[in-house]
Amino acid sequence: MSVSVCGSGRPRAALLLAAAGLLVSACGGAKVGEAPAASGNAAAPAKEACGAVNLAINPWVGYEANAAVIAYVAEKELGCQVTKKDLKEEVAWQGFATGEVDAIVENWGHDDLKKKYIEDQKVAVEAGPTGNKGAIGWYVPPWMAQKYPGITDYKNLDKYAGLFTTSESGGKGQLLDGDPSFVTNDAALVKNLHLNYKVVYAGSEAALITGFRQAEAQQKPMLGYFYEPQWFLSEVKLVKVNLPPYTDGCDADAAKVACDYPPYELDKIVSKRFADSGGPAYELVKNFTWTNDDQNLVAKYISEDKMSAEDAAKKWVADNPAKVKAWLPTG
Amino acid sequence: MTATTAPRRRPAWSRPYLLLGILAAWVALWAAFRGQATLPLDGAELTPLHVRIGRIAEAVDNGRNESPLFLYFVNYVRLFIDELVTFVQALISRPSFGRPVPVVGWLGVTGIAGALTLLYGNLRVAALTVAGFVSFGLLGLWEESMDTLALTLAAVLLSLAAGIPLGVWAGLSDRFDRLVTPVLDFMQTMPTFVYLAPLTLFFLIGPASATVATMIYAIPPAIRITSHAIRQVPRESVEAGVSLGSTPWQLLAKVRLPLAKRTIIVGVNQTVMAALSMVTIAALIDAPGLGKTVLKALETLDVGTSFNAGLAIVVMAIVLDRGVSAAGRRVEAARRAGRARRPLWRRLQVAAVLAVTAVLVYLSHVYVWAAEFPGEADLGSYVRRGADAAGRWAQADLYASTNGLKNLITYSLLNPFEAVLTGSPWWLVLLVVTAVALVVATPRVALVCAACLALLVALGLWQDAMVTLASTLVATVLVMALGVVVGVWIGRDDRADRVMRPLLDAGQTMPAFVYLVPILGLFGATRFTAIIAAVVYAAPVAIKLVADGVRGVPAGAVEAATAAGSSTWQIISKVQVPMARGAVALAASQGLCYVLAMVVVGGLVGAGALGYDVVSGFSQLQLRGKGLAAGLAIVVLGTMLAAITKGSRRRGVHQPPVTGARRPLRAALRSGGPW
Repeated sequence: MSVSVCGSGRPRAALLLAAAGLLVSACGGAKVGEAPAASGNAAAPAKEACGAVNLAINPWVGYEANAAVIAYVAEKELGCQVTKKDLKEEVAWQGFATGEVDAIVENWGHDDLKKKYIEDQKVAVEAGPTGNKGAIGWYVPPWMAQKYPGITDYKNLDKYAGLFTTSESGGKGQLLDGDPSFVTNDAALVKNLHLNYKVVYAGSEAALITGFRQAEAQQKPMLGYFYEPQWFLSEVKLVKVNLPPYTDGCDADAAKVACDYPPYELDKIVSKRFADSGGPAYELVKNFTWTNDDQNLVAKYISEDKMSAEDAAKKWVADNPAKVKAWLPTG
Repeated sequence: MTATTAPRRRPAWSRPYLLLGILAAWVALWAAFRGQATLPLDGAELTPLHVRIGRIAEAVDNGRNESPLFLYFVNYVRLFIDELVTFVQALISRPSFGRPVPVVGWLGVTGIAGALTLLYGNLRVAALTVAGFVSFGLLGLWEESMDTLALTLAAVLLSLAAGIPLGVWAGLSDRFDRLVTPVLDFMQTMPTFVYLAPLTLFFLIGPASATVATMIYAIPPAIRITSHAIRQVPRESVEAGVSLGSTPWQLLAKVRLPLAKRTIIVGVNQTVMAALSMVTIAALIDAPGLGKTVLKALETLDVGTSFNAGLAIVVMAIVLDRGVSAAGRRVEAARRAGRARRPLWRRLQVAAVLAVTAVLVYLSHVYVWAAEFPGEADLGSYVRRGADAAGRWAQADLYASTNGLKNLITYSLLNPFEAVLTGSPWWLVLLVVTAVALVVATPRVALVCAACLALLVALGLWQDAMVTLASTLVATVLVMALGVVVGVWIGRDDRADRVMRPLLDAGQTMPAFVYLVPILGLFGATRFTAIIAAVVYAAPVAIKLVADGVRGVPAGAVEAATAAGSSTWQIISKVQVPMARGAVALAASQGLCYVLAMVVVGGLVGAGALGYDVVSGFSQLQLRGKGLAAGLAIVVLGTMLAAITKGSRRRGVHQPPVTGARRPLRAALRSGGPW
């Protein structure tokens, strides 16, 4: 911007003048300040004890449903100032170490991160389950489960492998895998269960959902890695394929896995400092639990009804006062 | 792939025959050794090296609080950048200083932008700028757009403040230039995903991290082009200065910088574009603005909303591009016209523009209607619904034909090529590539290639690298096919050029996250989808360069051919394309760079291989070492391919003298991508 076309300092001087005028006029900002002056600060003065809460928002709708409801209750009932930070999981955990994240409100396992930040660095602590039960596995679109009844048993998968061949699978059946955020044993599973399938890495949740959506709409075969709770399941009710049941420790050696994924108890993680403060916001996060149906409902408000996270939370909270009451700190 | 002519000493026919011979030998040896020493690695598998890289990264993370560098340097840099961005946000995008709205509202910002482009550009660009800024409001994205603008402006200002002095230094000192070039290459080809997460450890979650991530990608063009601009200053001018007894400082300030100004503005332009291309990716670490809207919409596969925000990014890119370019032309015109011409009316004009702007700023500071964009005319909902409908229609009705196209290309081109690349033992590929480099380029390039391939083996990602290489080359072939066809078309037809240019700009600046879902719907999660994403991003560059080359063909040559009774086809194939071959070769190497920049995006839509390794390394702690290695592998692939194309271009193509003066600048514009 230092390029002066006319070669003189004149435009700049004029700009300075304008800037000075701006400064002068800053004192007379009556019209803008008039009405909303009272609500300059969101926190109600009576409840100042709560203070500021930094909530990590991981990038999936189910998480956002949890966070929306917690943030709404914290702001409206406890008078906290909630800052939502949009972060990938690993970055969010790092935030515990740098003191910029107070809570993660839906965590899927992540034993490596728990070890690093809870056991080794001692900057985070667990804050109990969210009440949501997570499941990971292989799914087929509903039309396939109807047309090929045996398909949901892994033993029959080889019989149908021909249906699942694509340009990517090199003549074998395709198992579409790979939301990069989730742990997968599928390559080992295919090998150890001796299935005639090839794992193809889709690379994103969007790719998996688009795949299943097309598969159901156009009656195309598809076998893919998926998980619940997930908002998409309320649009298309995918059917889970039964793998050899999970038993404790059957997945201990990643290379020799030949069993289903373990059931996940989704939980909450908070920073050590936040937990030690013991404030009302921490109590709220700790007490927060709800069911998969609750989460799916709020997730549906956000994804299908295209409500903002805040409106979705407001609606759910208005409909479920008893559940919300149970989360609030006592005394 | 590129039209090249042999140097005089060697007969012209020998090179194609040699290449064919190498290919035949390769296929024969592949058949004999198929499947041996192909070094595969499963998606979740790690080599000891990956584990070690992961540990080193961990140690760096943990040591950050003890390091004096961190205590005395990084922290202050972070504080400074945070303050700067927050200040710009307070001015234009966020409620600030106890007010419910920013200091300057939409009317004021639009007025300032219009006034700047009017004073430094021209009326047409000013009108475009005002329309663009108003459209942010009409799309319902005013605040998000201003957040993006604030972050982009801060990143660009800092990039230029650091980049221009460094560029001047690199322009004056060959040694520094040699030192800094590989670093810049690295900064531009290393995928952002690799360093995004660690960045937040050092600069914390907030504007500073986002700005630094943007700067890492935006500084290189500023340095490269400034250095080039300084080197381009005619030696006679400098010598004249010396003979007049100027000190080195005076030479710089009075001779070199003024003469380099126009080219430096091109560098400013590229810096702005690079910064804008980081908008979505920086949103992964909480950068405010339009990128967040795009990512949020992707979670629910909401094509309409993400397209709406993507459109605002494209508009911002076009407005900034045209504005800065117009300023560049104005500088050139002013230099040509000399300093004498400064009539009174111009001064009056300036004063009037500034007065009007001041009034607009004042109004937007004081009145609510001028501070917050009135919400009645909601263009955004129409755009959203339109894009949704178009997306649904395409996925339902086009699928049959797009699926056919995918299968055709995959089975006829991609699969066989990939089978040969991944099925050959690694030493065979190394031999073949080295031999090809020897034939098309120089022994030195061949050595570089051999070293790069050996490095890929060492990184433990050989097979993934070969899969990525196969897709990259197929995508480049498609980019060049499009580049030549469309480039010749719009190079010959000005009207077509005017229609196509905004589309090309959109292809280059629309964040890939916006069209991820539609192309996934059309082609499924496949390598071909990744190729399409790469073509969307890379073809515009190739097309523009080819069109530029065709336009640079002397009119006399075309007229002579016409007079001799040549048909249109003959003029194109015998005159225009051969004479623009320098531009075609350049388009191929630039196209390749841009294709490579999309490897990580490809990993998000089914390409697997290196792109997926990088993405999963970003998402899962235990795969971090592998992700870093995959990032390095992409850099290595880029280095190798750039060495071959550059070597073959230098050796093969004599640049036509007419357009020669413009060429070197383009070479300085080499670019990777933000992913």
